[in-house]
Amino acid sequence: MVAPRTLFEKVWRAHEVAPEGEGAPALLYVDLHLIHEVTSPQAFAQLRARALPVRRPRRTFATMDHSTPTLTRQVFGGAPIAIDSAARQVAALESNCAEFGVELLALRHAERGIVHVIGPELGLTQPGRTIVCGDSHTSTHGALGALAFGIGTTEVAHVLATQCLLQRKPRTLAIRIEGALAAGVSAKDLILAIIGQIGVDGGTGHVIEYLGPTVRALEMEERMTVCNMSIEAGARAGMIAPDETTYAYLAGRARAPRGEDFERALETWRALPTDPGARFDREVEVDAAAVEPMITYGTNPGMVVPIGGAVPAHRDDPAFARALEYMGLKPGEPLKGRPVNVVFLGSCTNARLSDLRAAARVLAGRRLARGVTMLVVPGSQQVKRAAEAEGLDRIFTDAGAEWRESGCSMCLGMNGDTVGRGEYAVSTSNRNFEGRQGPGARTLLASPLTAAACAVTGRVSDPREFL
Amino acid sequence: MEPLLTLSSRTVVLPAANIDTDQIIPARFLTTTTREGLGAHLFADWRYDASGAPRADFVLNQPACAGCRILVAGRNFGCGSSREHAAWALTDFGFRAVIASEIADIFASNALKNGLLPVRVPAATAARLLAQPGALLTLDVASRRLTLEDGAQVGFPLEPFAQHCLMRGVDELGYLLSREAEISAYERARS
Repeated sequence: MVAPRTLFEKVWRAHEVAPEGEGAPALLYVDLHLIHEVTSPQAFAQLRARALPVRRPRRTFATMDHSTPTLTRQVFGGAPIAIDSAARQVAALESNCAEFGVELLALRHAERGIVHVIGPELGLTQPGRTIVCGDSHTSTHGALGALAFGIGTTEVAHVLATQCLLQRKPRTLAIRIEGALAAGVSAKDLILAIIGQIGVDGGTGHVIEYLGPTVRALEMEERMTVCNMSIEAGARAGMIAPDETTYAYLAGRARAPRGEDFERALETWRALPTDPGARFDREVEVDAAAVEPMITYGTNPGMVVPIGGAVPAHRDDPAFARALEYMGLKPGEPLKGRPVNVVFLGSCTNARLSDLRAAARVLAGRRLARGVTMLVVPGSQQVKRAAEAEGLDRIFTDAGAEWRESGCSMCLGMNGDTVGRGEYAVSTSNRNFEGRQGPGARTLLASPLTAAACAVTGRVSDPREFL
Repeated sequence: MEPLLTLSSRTVVLPAANIDTDQIIPARFLTTTTREGLGAHLFADWRYDASGAPRADFVLNQPACAGCRILVAGRNFGCGSSREHAAWALTDFGFRAVIASEIADIFASNALKNGLLPVRVPAATAARLLAQPGALLTLDVASRRLTLEDGAQVGFPLEPFAQHCLMRGVDELGYLLSREAEISAYERARS
């Protein structure tokens, strides 16, 4: 009898070209390599220097998202991309993809978007696949039962040239989640609470599998939000076993198998979930019913409290003191009621249709508080059109928010969208690091519901008061 | 890649825990299409003030740090983004090793591919090194040992394959290409 295996173990083993030995890491085959403009130019240069082709162009898929503008006039209106170096980077991806025969969703393509939004949306992300990308939030794709992780640019070159990576096998961490999420509490709050519980290095060296009834009840896009932030706990990847929710999501997607192929794929996918009795290296339990809307107060995602909570009391820790100084906050100070300058609804964490709907629910018939700027940046052009078809764009613009073209935008401030020095931004993105949204910017991470509530009041607010 | 066999240097200490790659190299410097020149922007937001002038109180701007090749940092160094630019910025500045009690996975992997040695040491050793900026340390890759200023020695983990690549200054791509037959066989078996 075969010993019970985890989802991770099954996917890993199926992709071992050669298992790891004493002296050498495993040779792991990559089913899908996603590339974007920021972390690929030096990899293509490496190929060119050694006169190597892309080994499997059809397993390689490119889009542009990080350094692309979100202003319609710069994307579609003929205005140049304002940042010269970003324009050169975009042009470099176009010429690299043309030279090496890689499919690219270029700036004006109707299906372009944030790489971790379009992978699942197009049906490229499938259960049991190995997926890599030169981006740490590649963990998102694990929501469909793929083994997906971020790599550096040298490894991007390795995959382009050989379709393989040298990898040491990570350990496994089971996060078992029970209890129903309360009204006004979202998947974002759940993952922020988990990171608060296990710490920003709680998953280092591990692949996380999220298990349990709460996970089963999550919609596909909520699962993506959870897996997306696995890296914020230091984990190599986050995974959720595929189930009927996954299959229903994939059925009919442009790049997913169809007809008989889909039926055949289903048979393989149904064998993927972790077997009863399979062992993990570590296990953690989480009570979802106790989770409240969460908000960060510091400069990493583990510095997080319930929305009604306060900055923790003083600790004898220079990093803690430094974070509070950067954030302009004091130990013991409540978060609720603090003034907010900017609200950012976007990013690979929370810019899918369900996220926009959640924020629109709060913003419908309301206006932004005086002095608040709000940017709504759909995760993809398809999300944008779907939102427009439902009239969500009008809800946002009527409220006084800006409605942009898709991209990473203000999540990482390298495309012209930034938060000003000293300003407070409530953001649905994934990182509240110093300067992440612009030099001196102060980021408070929260859910789309919470972000919308803060936009309406101009202060840190509890979304449950708006539902 | 330049081979790395042994390294003796005084240390530069950045004691904060969880120094993320956005601190090491802020995203606005990532619109480059080359690997070179990022050392000028290493820790940019800590190193320079809003006007772009060097902050005298930041450690890398102090004369004692000139020529130092070992960075000692707080726990979980290099967390966050997968940007290899973080490793490129550190090596371009002149660092060849980073020592911490814990180093983030993707950063450590990127570092090794650029001849930058990630050295994970026990918490007690890390605490001692964090308290002694400018300590003269020696790292020996072959024996995977760190020698402290008083002569005490501490071992550190280093994957044998990475050790081999580091000591010979070879990159992994050549090795991967040499496994072509296995890769093709795997692809045939799956199709």
